[in-house]
Amino acid sequence: MTETLRSSFGPESVLLAPHIEEPPEKKRLGPLFWICVGWIGLIILIAIIANLLPLPNPSFQNYSAPQNAGPGWGHLLGTDDLNRDIFSRLIFGSRVSLVVGFGGALLGLILGGVPAMISGYRRGRVDTFLNTTSYVLLAFPAIVGVLSIVAFWGHDLWKITIIIGVFSGPLIFRVVRAATLSYSTRDFVLAAKALGASDTRILAREILPNILPTIISFGLIAVATIIVTEGTLAFLGLSVQPPIPSWGNMLNESASLLAGGKGQNNPWLVIFPAGAMFSLLFALNVVADKLRSHFDVTEVKL
Amino acid sequence: MSPDDPILLEVDNLQVSFATPRGTLHAVQGVSLALEQGKTLGIVGESGSGKTVLSRAIMGLLPRHSATQTGSVRYRGQEILNAPDDELRKLWGTQIAMVFQDPMTSLNPVLRIGQQITEPLKLHLKLGRHEAKETAISLLTQVGIPSPQERFNAYPGQLSGGMRQRVIIAIALACAPRLLMADEPTTGLDVTVQAQILDLLTTLRFRRQMAMILVTHDLGVVATRTDEIIVMYAGNVVERAPTNVLFSRMKMPYTEALLRSMPRIANPSHTRLHAIEGRPPDLIAPPAGCPFAPRCPYAQDKCRNEKPPLVLSDDPGHSYACWFPLNTPASTKVTVPS
Amino acid sequence: MVKYIAKRVVLLIIIIFFVSVASFFLVHLLPGNPAVTILGPNDTAQNAAILNHQLGLDKPLIDQYFIWIGHVFQGNLGQSFTTHQTTVSIIKQSFPVDVELIVISQLIAFLVAFPMAMTASRRPNKLFDQVANSTTFGMLALPPFVIAPVFVLLFAVQWHVFPGPASYVPISQNFWSNLHTMLLPSIVLAMGSIVLYFRLLRNDLIATLQEDFITMARSKGLSDRRIMWRHALRPSSVSFLASVGVTIGGLLAGTFVVELLLQLPGLGFQLISSTNQDDYTVVQGITLFVAVAIVLLNFLVDFIFTIVDPRIARD
Repeated sequence: MTETLRSSFGPESVLLAPHIEEPPEKKRLGPLFWICVGWIGLIILIAIIANLLPLPNPSFQNYSAPQNAGPGWGHLLGTDDLNRDIFSRLIFGSRVSLVVGFGGALLGLILGGVPAMISGYRRGRVDTFLNTTSYVLLAFPAIVGVLSIVAFWGHDLWKITIIIGVFSGPLIFRVVRAATLSYSTRDFVLAAKALGASDTRILAREILPNILPTIISFGLIAVATIIVTEGTLAFLGLSVQPPIPSWGNMLNESASLLAGGKGQNNPWLVIFPAGAMFSLLFALNVVADKLRSHFDVTEVKL
Repeated sequence: MSPDDPILLEVDNLQVSFATPRGTLHAVQGVSLALEQGKTLGIVGESGSGKTVLSRAIMGLLPRHSATQTGSVRYRGQEILNAPDDELRKLWGTQIAMVFQDPMTSLNPVLRIGQQITEPLKLHLKLGRHEAKETAISLLTQVGIPSPQERFNAYPGQLSGGMRQRVIIAIALACAPRLLMADEPTTGLDVTVQAQILDLLTTLRFRRQMAMILVTHDLGVVATRTDEIIVMYAGNVVERAPTNVLFSRMKMPYTEALLRSMPRIANPSHTRLHAIEGRPPDLIAPPAGCPFAPRCPYAQDKCRNEKPPLVLSDDPGHSYACWFPLNTPASTKVTVPS
Repeated sequence: MVKYIAKRVVLLIIIIFFVSVASFFLVHLLPGNPAVTILGPNDTAQNAAILNHQLGLDKPLIDQYFIWIGHVFQGNLGQSFTTHQTTVSIIKQSFPVDVELIVISQLIAFLVAFPMAMTASRRPNKLFDQVANSTTFGMLALPPFVIAPVFVLLFAVQWHVFPGPASYVPISQNFWSNLHTMLLPSIVLAMGSIVLYFRLLRNDLIATLQEDFITMARSKGLSDRRIMWRHALRPSSVSFLASVGVTIGGLLAGTFVVELLLQLPGLGFQLISSTNQDDYTVVQGITLFVAVAIVLLNFLVDFIFTIVDPRIARD
């Protein structure tokens, strides 16, 4: 009975002001969670096997098909103003977001997360230096940096992945370091140390398993953020160039049409990529959030 | 109900329970009481006995979405249990007021105490700014705060614990309520300050002819300051009596245990503190039988199997819930009253 | 306290130094020869070499950096290769557009998030709160580059509620037309901020409303509205105000998006045009300006906080 949270009135106070943050039922990974996981998995799967699917070439400008058509039999989601199949472009375009998103997040985890664990555990001058550096790096508005570098270095997919991944390093560093710090002072770590375990062993066997939920959940948020960054770049015309499709540059094309005048307007060219992007981002956020609240042992239970 | 009617507050079989993940928690299991104008009632019990929940339920301050309240609470004939908030607001501050336990957290840290006192004055009594300030300062004087003019502009953080508690009393009394509920008003304060606060409450109560309910875990606090005492254990009333009767002719072993656990100045130093063994029962799944049975030194099989009802004794106004009350042939031990 | 401020100022100087280095090298470490860019590919290599020397591009990078910094301190950020307008004047004319966008969008975010949070915190986890939480969650998946085209499609092209791209009217010319053009992009930008403000304030309010002094205020017979406005709001505002600096940094990407989409002549639009034209001086200048502005803003917000709540300095 004495699971108290506000102790000013004694254990009875839990009855007086029950903590009303998340009701306990929310801690279960609900059906929404699994739907979102499934959706993300589906997108990834289709992106991988896209070449095997009976899809028209996404860059093929098929002049025998209607231009700017809405969804129909020949072209599931219609065609764009260059007579390319939207559905096919959408599927192939997902590859860009997925590669940059997951690749960049992975790079950020390696560049930022690994030093964070070591630095956060060992502490000392190196840690102070790294921490201040991350603070300084974070002060620079990333979008401006990414923008300039991509603009002058090149629009290749791998280059963009590296750039955005590197820029996500400092933030990942801080998060992983904070998580490491919260565990490195615990007794079970001291116990392992007293038994003669090496630092590597402690990091890998004691600390890593504990911070893994945080890493995964924040990692997914990083993926979502990176996808947004790439999407923004693509929208600004600075990511992979057409005819290579990406959701962002599909929106860029639709944007120029909107600017151009009502005549050439194709609403589907806005709605489908926007919807696809929304669904992916939404799913990522849901999964990340549910994981976080599921594993967050510091959240108060009633 | 006429204003001269002696009964101010009537509680009938009040039950309060909360829904928790582990089950329904029965915090108050059928409490009845009556309070007359100008009288003081003491409610005594350990932490977890339900006394604070009881006081909050009577006032109507429990969060409605989590607490289930049944029974009846009538203030001057008006049913206030489960009444809508806007009805209760007409009573709060002007008829019934509460003095809270923790002076640290009961005052808004970012508002000056003067503001916190004049707020109800302006709101309920419609006093103008100047009048409200004067009244507030006079209240501060009444509760014994030195230099009230300066203190008026102080923030709670600048006052000591005892002073803050006085401010809280001033706020509670601002609109001259008829009933004051004091929930552990001295816990957390220095012992010397405790006595001062309690005396202050008693004096003010007398001067204003207020009724008062004093909720505490400390029998010593209620010993000389109340007309009647209710002893609570595990959500039940286990003994009720006029104060002097309770202390001289207590029937319930729990009351005796409470009394014995009070440290006494008269005892020689290093006298062992007598604690009651065991812990209060789980209020989610209350055991059958008397709730105090596991810890009662006189417990017998009947106590563990059947829950004793509250029965009247020979003395008027004295009821208790025990199969084998003290000082009767039914109990196996005879105890020496304090 | 003074020590704390001194530490922060030192940090600020370091950051600004780093930002200037980054802005400088951003452009210089990358392939491409500015001289060739200026003259065009059809010019001779010899002319390119002469121009190279004239622009001081053959000096060691470090020297170039200090020369550049020297110029910056004199207020000289170079000039555009294409339009020959000075970078400073470009910034001066573009900056107000961004300021207006930020101000209006934050105002909108404020006006939406505040009432939402106040209502939601009164009955946590009940219907309104759930709906509000889900809606803001959905907004997270609608970054500017996704929602802006949709909005323009709906509100500008289909329903003609707002003007479409390339219809910017400066505020000096016509106040109401200007507002009309700025409203749509501001709403787009506001969405991200609404999520942040709502969450922060709602969580803070819920925590504050559970404090003892709130119960005490209730027992004084105060109305719910009064309790919310007078007693609950102030202690809860702190973390919300603290997020202001962070928010503005996050708005940057969105600003670029809406400026490009609607062709608003702000810094973002300028930056992108300059990058497309390889006008590296202007890119450098704008990058430096934006970065320093954000850093200074964050520092200012921090500073104000230390004044308002001295406890922060002790942490």
